[in-house]
Amino acid sequence: MIEVNHLVKIYKSKKKQVIGVDNVSLSIKEGEIYGIIGYSGAGKSSLLRCLNLLERPTSGEVKIDGVDLTALTSKELRKARQKIGMIFQHFYLASSKTVYENIAFALKAAGKSPKEIDKRVKELLELVGLADKIHQYPAQLSGGQKQRVGIARALANDPKVLLCDEATSALDPKTTKSILNLLKSINKKLGLTIVLITHEMEVVKEICHRLAVMQDGKVIEEGPVYDIFANPVEPLTRDFIQSVLQFDLPQQLIENRKGTIIKIQFKGAIAEESVVSELFQTFKVKGNILHGKIEYIQEVPLGIFIMELTGEIPEIERAIQYIQDRTQNMEVVEHVA
Amino acid sequence: MLLESIQALLPELNTAVLQTIYMVAISLVAALILGLPLGILLFVTDEGLFLKNRFVNAVTGWIVNLIRSIPYIILLVALLPLTKLIAGSTIGPTAASVSLSVAAIPFFARLVETSLREIDKGVIESAVAVGASPWMIIKEILVPEAKPGIVQGLTITTISLIGYSAMAGIIGGGGIGDLAIRFGYYRYDNVIMITTVVVLVVLVQIIQIGGDKLTKYVDKR
Repeated sequence: MIEVNHLVKIYKSKKKQVIGVDNVSLSIKEGEIYGIIGYSGAGKSSLLRCLNLLERPTSGEVKIDGVDLTALTSKELRKARQKIGMIFQHFYLASSKTVYENIAFALKAAGKSPKEIDKRVKELLELVGLADKIHQYPAQLSGGQKQRVGIARALANDPKVLLCDEATSALDPKTTKSILNLLKSINKKLGLTIVLITHEMEVVKEICHRLAVMQDGKVIEEGPVYDIFANPVEPLTRDFIQSVLQFDLPQQLIENRKGTIIKIQFKGAIAEESVVSELFQTFKVKGNILHGKIEYIQEVPLGIFIMELTGEIPEIERAIQYIQDRTQNMEVVEHVA
Repeated sequence: MLLESIQALLPELNTAVLQTIYMVAISLVAALILGLPLGILLFVTDEGLFLKNRFVNAVTGWIVNLIRSIPYIILLVALLPLTKLIAGSTIGPTAASVSLSVAAIPFFARLVETSLREIDKGVIESAVAVGASPWMIIKEILVPEAKPGIVQGLTITTISLIGYSAMAGIIGGGGIGDLAIRFGYYRYDNVIMITTVVVLVVLVQIIQIGGDKLTKYVDKR
């Protein structure tokens, strides 16, 4: 649905030039929720804004639904933008317009008749759950409600793509959850392709299918969210994942241990098998769980446990080998001396 | 004695007030019809906006600055030939309206531009993102969003115009200023002088209060 080829965006000022996006290529499939994560200044916002040409790329191609946006005339581009919805961190609703008028504006921009507009606005408000706020002004709404209006406005002209620019970053955790659920249900119901940028791994974990990690204008890691959670390669990716799956042990705890400390990661189906209980039945080792967590990413479990194994050394080694074979993902944190 | 002389003044005063209102009204309409689009043009052709055009922006900005830097009293005299051409005469309130309009248009245009700058850039961008045409954005987003500021600008322009219109009295423009100069100043009639000043003070107060009320009413922020 979205093809980005060798996209470069350079910001020039009189004295220097700053590279916003550095040769990024992406391919986003229809119906996918695609996350782009990075710290501020990583270029994720520039990249997103290049997808509907709010910023014109310095070079490279942006194809949406097979159409290269950079080749369109301004009139054709306006037409194309009607099929690319966008929501923003600070909502950006017109304060002089009621909820109804804000949504109607998008439809008016597409040249719809007042009758069509009226019908569609009411449908959209029903969809985002704000039918009772129809004639209120944005100043009378909460952050979450404003974002719902933003979503309704973005969906007004039946877009194929929805771009979310830090859409939940200004909201509290509870409201964030409800907005993410709304996005998820829209994605399912309408088959809408969603691209969202964020600096919160929690958001990615919650709704994204695939993920790109950005640093210094480049995509440094990309793939299905679950795979990235299970096997992060880049240090930055690990940092982000740490923020969700915290399993650091206090140094003191590690020092005072007598046995071997191992970290086991259970992926998918394995997380549901009884690897650990079989371990203790088969080998003469004792185990002590120091830390553990099971996260569900896209409803697939990912378990991480830190255990201390004590017993005879050869037996421990065999036990470790056994876990390694079963899980393919184990790391010895601290060996017995 | 005092009351009597004020009473004797009433018909003159009445005409003068009406003439002032007439002059100010004509120039206000001119400011709205020409100054509002000019202000919008200054804004939308600026760096980073959807109709960015460095040349148009620089030329309009330069003309606006040029007119605004000329003191009104000089503009008044300098525009006499133009006044003659448009109004057919150089005296009377209609004639005064010409130079008042020329002064009001760039003044109001800058105030409009300033109030447009107060709009969050993101709101304009969100309108660009839904695929709205420039005209749609101007009509549906820029003007409504800046309305409180524009109404305030209109109030300020009106009050400035009342001040300018008093100067127009010097070349026989009519209005309250004319009355003050002819009777109050040249004839040393303090009663007339004070009365006209009081009338002006009251007029300005009414306009300011009315303008503030209207601003509040249109402000939905």
